[in-house]
Amino acid sequence: MSGSTRYVLRGVAPLGGDPVDLLLADGVIAAAGRGDIQAALDRDAAAGSPVVEVDGAGLVALPGLVDLHTHLREPGREDAETVGSGTRAAALGGFTAVHAMANTSPVADTAGVVEQVWRLGRDAGWVDVHPVGAVSIGLDGEHLAELGAMAASAARVRVFSDDGRCVHDPVLMRRALEYVKAFDGVVAQHAQEPRLTVGAQMHEGVVSAELGLTGWPAVAEEAIIARDVLLAEHVGSRLHVCHLSTAGSVELIRWAKSRGIDVTAEVTPHHLLLTDELARDYDPVYKVNPPLRTQADVDAVRDGLADGTIDIVATDHAPHTREDKDCEWAAAAMGMTGLETALSVVQETMVETGRMTWADVARVLSEAPARIGRVTDHGRPLTVGEPANLTLVDPAARTTVVPERQGTASVNSPFRGRELPGRVVATFLRGRATVLDGHAVPAPSATAPASGEVR
Amino acid sequence: MRHLLSTGDLDRDAAVLILDTAAQMAATQSREIKKLPTLRGRTVVNLFFEDSTRTRISFETAAKRLSADVINFSAKGSSVSKGESLKDTALTLQAMGADAVVIRHQASGAPHVLARSGWVDGAVVNAGDGTHQHPTQALLDAYTIRRHLVGGAGASDPAGRDLDGLHVAIVGDVLHSRVARSNVQLLTTLGARVTLVAPPTLVPVGVQQWPCDVSYHLDPVLADGAPDAVMMLRVQRERMGAGTSAGGFFPTPLEYTRNYGLDQRRLDLLPDHAVVMHPGPMNRGLEISADAADSPRAVIVEQVANGVAVRMAVLYLLLAGETHEERTGIA
Ligand SMILES: [Zn+2]
Repeated sequence: MSGSTRYVLRGVAPLGGDPVDLLLADGVIAAAGRGDIQAALDRDAAAGSPVVEVDGAGLVALPGLVDLHTHLREPGREDAETVGSGTRAAALGGFTAVHAMANTSPVADTAGVVEQVWRLGRDAGWVDVHPVGAVSIGLDGEHLAELGAMAASAARVRVFSDDGRCVHDPVLMRRALEYVKAFDGVVAQHAQEPRLTVGAQMHEGVVSAELGLTGWPAVAEEAIIARDVLLAEHVGSRLHVCHLSTAGSVELIRWAKSRGIDVTAEVTPHHLLLTDELARDYDPVYKVNPPLRTQADVDAVRDGLADGTIDIVATDHAPHTREDKDCEWAAAAMGMTGLETALSVVQETMVETGRMTWADVARVLSEAPARIGRVTDHGRPLTVGEPANLTLVDPAARTTVVPERQGTASVNSPFRGRELPGRVVATFLRGRATVLDGHAVPAPSATAPASGEVR
Repeated sequence: MRHLLSTGDLDRDAAVLILDTAAQMAATQSREIKKLPTLRGRTVVNLFFEDSTRTRISFETAAKRLSADVINFSAKGSSVSKGESLKDTALTLQAMGADAVVIRHQASGAPHVLARSGWVDGAVVNAGDGTHQHPTQALLDAYTIRRHLVGGAGASDPAGRDLDGLHVAIVGDVLHSRVARSNVQLLTTLGARVTLVAPPTLVPVGVQQWPCDVSYHLDPVLADGAPDAVMMLRVQRERMGAGTSAGGFFPTPLEYTRNYGLDQRRLDLLPDHAVVMHPGPMNRGLEISADAADSPRAVIVEQVANGVAVRMAVLYLLLAGETHEERTGIA
């Protein structure tokens, strides 16, 4: 690492607290405070590696964000996103690690595929990519995939999910929950009772009744969550609930936690901000699974996130090509991009409303997702000796979302044209700047270590 | 009016204007020469992604009686999937210079997408989209009700009048019915009171926000509600009990008919002046008995004829507009 650029971050506010200077060197936070930093720089002056000063006045320093739920689309749908473009978007959004969902083509259901995704991520160098392994072979919902092989692979998979589909068979779900205990894994469930959601297009309620779109009832999510927390309790396993979206789901998780069940839950940025009213124009950019719900649900998930019932915010970043969205609602794909707007939406809905501090933001977007995914070198305190995975945010900035200017290869952002607070100014992955001045900084030799550094 | 996408977009005056214009159009249709020069040189495209010969012929007749050029573009068979895209079809029509696109589509909201997209410049007329809206059907229903039940009951043209004080019962598969959705909005906008009657499985969750009453029992609505008009909705075969994958919406056709079918006994519960309507095509013996369908109260055949006049009015108001002097052509 010697010879690589060192960064001095002047006057940044860790977790929004008192301003401090931080020195990033050799992949870690090497020193903090003006005096210690000067001493460290003097000591290493002979090394001759460049020092870049970053004016951090007014910037909040957060541990690099960790996304537990990202669709990178590679392999298979490189026309919508690649590991390269998706992880660049992640870095621009302040992330230093993402979990890549398994519903690729081929499905990430073997050690070979998860290692391929892991290597693509490492070679791109924007963030650490942690592949999620499929629970069932080909997401078929019937046959357990080789979870142990994926866990033991170079990708060291700890999160398993058939996301996009629900593990609806209660026996398969039970087996998966039990099996992952052997390697401290977690099953991340996309909670959607399939029979109750045949042909479902949007939240079932007042708006769907008027629009004549087939409803996706809240009970289809809640019934699976209720079943799964009871299964997790019965077999003593760890369960994670993806993209929880209804008020009833929040109540169920609250109840489960009060019973001591080892369950964690996530909410997406779009479920924190948007409602089913947006479907009224039949613009499929608002079509997502689970669907946008009502204002009462939005209020409930905000409450749940504020009081800790919901552990994390995860993006469910789901890029789609233009042709998959430029059509009638029923024909359109479900999903929205989110990596580059997640932090801003959390600031808007939770920080600016006074419901969360920046320390809470660090908890729900970095510390807790890292803990759930068993990612040990992210989501750490911003203290000397820790890995230099962090991001700097200007909370006073306001920007209007222009999807075409984002790092993701797709433009299906539901926040187009919306002004949101906060701007990621810089992101550092093990001391290397992946983002500076709000612009992505490619790794000097992104693919160089591909052959030499296999663990 | 730039497009006609939903009856929810019409206020009372706009709706009454369409009905009044339809009455004028209907008057011209009793002449020996039915054709008006109003839309000469204009192109109306019937873009039908879903088969409906009845509706297509009605629009085609309406456009031709106004001297418009008509292009029938059947995209039937192209499923709701990517590939055969609405966008490409729309761009093709745009290249042909369509002044109005009459679109029928199996996907709710497809006409809205077409109108919002900028893919076509012309007016978009919704001729039925999925389970959402069928505004010209509701307009012809309102027109038929007004002719029979407002003013001199057909004796004189009730121009300018709405449906204030009338009670309309709409019976059947409300959940999947674009006719019901369009009519609830339009009839209430025109001052009528609407009662929906259906088994609970065929009433959408969220109906409580609709400006109407809901009943699960037909007999008391007919006997005590004294509706001025009863509109029977078609029941699709695939909604029925045995063999349907989602479990039927009702146990058997027999039970449906017993509880919700309109037969002679139920006909006799109605006030003397009440009319019986059906958007067609009918399932005789299921939602309506032959007795009811062929009774003197039934105005079902008249609805079809009124459909042409109403669609003429809609095309005229969308395409001729205030700036054209062709108005004189229909005096
Ligand atoms: Zn999902």
